[in-house]
Amino acid sequence: MGKVGIIGVGQSNFVRGYPGSIRELAFEGFKEAMKDAKIEIKDINASIIASAPEYDKQRSPAGVIAEYLGLIPQPTFYIESVCSSSSMGLRVAYSMIKSELHDIIAIVGFQKMSEISSSESQERMGRGADIQWEAPFGTMMPAYYAMYARAHMAKYGTTGEDLAKIRVKAATYGQINEKAVYRKPVTMEMFTDPESNISATVAKPLRVGDCCANADGSSCIIVAKEEKARALCDKPVWILGLGAASEAVNMAGRELLTGLSVGIEAGKQAYEMAGVTPKDIDIAEVHDCFTIAEMMAYENLGFAKPGEGKDLIASKETYKEGSIPVNVDGGLLSKGHPIGATGGSQIRTIVLQLRGEAGEMQVKNPEIGLVHNIGGVGLYGNVTILGR
Amino acid sequence: MAKKEVDDRFKKFGTVSFTAITKTNDFINYLEEGKVMGSRCKECGAVYFPPRSDCAKCLHSNMEWFEVTGTGTLLSFSELKYGPVGFEDDLPYTIALLDYGDYKVFGRISQEIPYEDLNVGMKLKTEFNALPSGQLNYVFTRP
Repeated sequence: MGKVGIIGVGQSNFVRGYPGSIRELAFEGFKEAMKDAKIEIKDINASIIASAPEYDKQRSPAGVIAEYLGLIPQPTFYIESVCSSSSMGLRVAYSMIKSELHDIIAIVGFQKMSEISSSESQERMGRGADIQWEAPFGTMMPAYYAMYARAHMAKYGTTGEDLAKIRVKAATYGQINEKAVYRKPVTMEMFTDPESNISATVAKPLRVGDCCANADGSSCIIVAKEEKARALCDKPVWILGLGAASEAVNMAGRELLTGLSVGIEAGKQAYEMAGVTPKDIDIAEVHDCFTIAEMMAYENLGFAKPGEGKDLIASKETYKEGSIPVNVDGGLLSKGHPIGATGGSQIRTIVLQLRGEAGEMQVKNPEIGLVHNIGGVGLYGNVTILGR
Repeated sequence: MAKKEVDDRFKKFGTVSFTAITKTNDFINYLEEGKVMGSRCKECGAVYFPPRSDCAKCLHSNMEWFEVTGTGTLLSFSELKYGPVGFEDDLPYTIALLDYGDYKVFGRISQEIPYEDLNVGMKLKTEFNALPSGQLNYVFTRP
């Protein structure tokens, strides 16, 4: 059995308040990926639909979306691991192609976060992790990551200024990514200016500027078995390594508070499968739902030693011109984070980079790229390594 | 026909409880007595906080309660400026994690400790707390 190749990628614009239904939103990413793959709908043998169900009104969205995309009567089903749903979808698609059950599969990730009212959304936000033992204390996603930030600061001397540098980088690229939801610059000064919304505290020590931009959006990745990928595509991008892991939902069940164990474990698996080391990675997309999450990803993936993530961003090594460019599409922080669509969008960015088609965001001649996609507060983790 | 009685004691846990029915409902009775309890597997000795009804180490369901006593070490904390629906009146409040060695406890810092006094590594204890609404939880206080 040969390799599995990515033959088409697409995503919608990431926006606030998408003016359409979830099926219409999913259509946007799918249409772009189909145009990219230059195949016909009947060539696709199966579809995997990914989102986080708490934002959907539609029960079992897979069928509704598959029908709208013209993907019936082929099998379709739903994959969910919150924010890493579409990376998990890619993992499942890989195994289905490797097992020769299907030749070509479309993974469609979507999220219309504005599908529910903001009060419904606020109510759901309190139930992001363990609803029995933690949510009754009034937990929120930013507060959980703030606890990781506080522990990282206490152990390694990381500062709010170090974290702000990560957002400034994200905004640098958000401005040149026409699909990003947040296209404005963010400066270091804004983090200390009480007049700026960026400096407002959300959950100490995290500020508005440390948090990702909510968005509606969709993404689509089309994968094929090697023989088909070579026949159909001039520049297939190969899946070299896949890693996935899970962790205790309850903070009380965790050993590590200065990094995400799922990122470490999934990274280890992906490096081993691909037969590469962190030094071989030319470009990465990491799950920067909060600035501290990108800082921990540097360290958990081996781009920096534990505690030295701050030096990596201070020396601008994760900028486009640096030794390990990270999130040069604006990341979740500025490009936006439509939960179920995020992994597919990260994969799309790396595929375009490896094909040399990333436009103004293009880094110089990358050969191997990595995607790090986390679900929940380090509850699920997927790492995918791609190569030309 | 008499209506079947539902044991929904757990709905008393925290500012807003999202769970009513659990096999760990006795946790609430102990809280009412001022005790914060974890569970221990009688077969293999595995210790759990939060308490569980079933052991993930040996798959037996023969558990006993133990009381969380003494002090734990503050591992991390965060003060929230925004809360979910139902928690607005509690703001600002600080969530935290204490390390007791064999287990950890997630909860809230007592309102009596100013945020500025908190430091990772400090010793705190876990104490029962009755909320003004009549709901029950526990908080971390000075030893």
